[in-house]
Amino acid sequence: MDINLTIIGQSIAFAVFCWFCHRYVWPLFANVLEERKRTIAEGLEASAQAEQRLESASRQSAEQLDEAKASAAGIIEQANRRSAQIIDEARQQAQMEAERIMQAAQAEIEQEANRAKEELRARVSLIAVAGAEKILGRTVDQAANEDMLRQLAAEL
Amino acid sequence: MAAADAESQTVQEYIVHHLSYLTYGRHPDGHWGFAHSPEEASEMGFMAIHVDTMGWSIALGAAFLLWFRRVGLRASASNPGAIQNFVESIFEFVDNRVTEGFTHKNSLMAPMALTIFVWVLLMNTMDLVPVDWITGIAAWVGEHIFGFDHMPFKIVPTTDPNITMGMSLSIFVLIIWYSIKNKGLGGFLGELAFHPFGKWMVPFNLMIEIPTLLAKPISLGLRLFGNLYAGELLFLLIAGLLGLWQLPAHFAWAVFHLLVVPLQAFVFMMLTIVYLNAAHEPAH
Repeated sequence: MDINLTIIGQSIAFAVFCWFCHRYVWPLFANVLEERKRTIAEGLEASAQAEQRLESASRQSAEQLDEAKASAAGIIEQANRRSAQIIDEARQQAQMEAERIMQAAQAEIEQEANRAKEELRARVSLIAVAGAEKILGRTVDQAANEDMLRQLAAEL
Repeated sequence: MAAADAESQTVQEYIVHHLSYLTYGRHPDGHWGFAHSPEEASEMGFMAIHVDTMGWSIALGAAFLLWFRRVGLRASASNPGAIQNFVESIFEFVDNRVTEGFTHKNSLMAPMALTIFVWVLLMNTMDLVPVDWITGIAAWVGEHIFGFDHMPFKIVPTTDPNITMGMSLSIFVLIIWYSIKNKGLGGFLGELAFHPFGKWMVPFNLMIEIPTLLAKPISLGLRLFGNLYAGELLFLLIAGLLGLWQLPAHFAWAVFHLLVVPLQAFVFMMLTIVYLNAAHEPAH
């Protein structure tokens, strides 16, 4: 084996290459891998957060749905009550109207009957005198029997 | 491949040529220049450099780091492309090994493991390039352009013990440095002197622990060198001896080598992690 200056040359080359690699090559790849590792970790973290947010959002939406259902039920009930009230009021009004119309009709009937009575009362003396003339066969002096005829009409 | 040179070159010459390095160094007479034969190269002794393996080593390391940096600069966290995914899978593979094997805080450990793994992998992979392609082209260029007969040109850096030991000794220096830094000089020497048999057996302990310590870088460097050198040598033997039958033999050995190439890169990285982790353990 011929050992010579080459061994020193190779030692120097080895030192220089190690230094170069340490200074200019290794950090490039170490940084890239580190950055990739960080990106992946951040991605996983973000997905975990997104999952949490999704969960809370779906919980919130369920709550809101429940609330909306409750308020809709309240509104329907209120509407039902209101409609029942309106129907009630309408019924009362209708009854009142009907009563009013009936009273008016009764009053009119009474009036009509009274009028008929008055008319009858006014004519009763004539009818009585005509009847009496037929019976007596002669004229009855209406003026002479005025008192009796008035008495008769008043009794009607 | 070898057949073209068969008349002018014996198998032995062929193999020696392929196992020689393109060496630039100080000749015995004092001037600097290329060695034109293995003998000239060995006369240079320590004051020489293997231009071919050193050059391939630096070129591969630089290509890998610049490419990774280019991919890294364009990398996006959210929309990675195919090339980025490929580089990231290597990055994560190394990062996981470091996380499992290295339990202390040291920002240099992971980049160093990445550098070792990819760099050694690329250097080993050069072993799968057919032995005469680049070497043959280089020899032709050397002969016809530079007038350099039988110019050797080795392309697999990890078959050069200088390359593997250069790295393992650098790691050894780091082992010593971090041991002293984390355990204190006393703690580090204490581990050598008082284990495994306590303070009454100090010489015996040292006899065990010092070779254990020294064996780490030596075995680390020689394991890688030995595996790749043996692989290369077998490719050369197949190319030199088998004639046309070398094609299936090359294929079979290359398939087996596909296993060795990444395995040795992985082993080198893992042992570095393990040794440096031990250097960070507090003294006990």
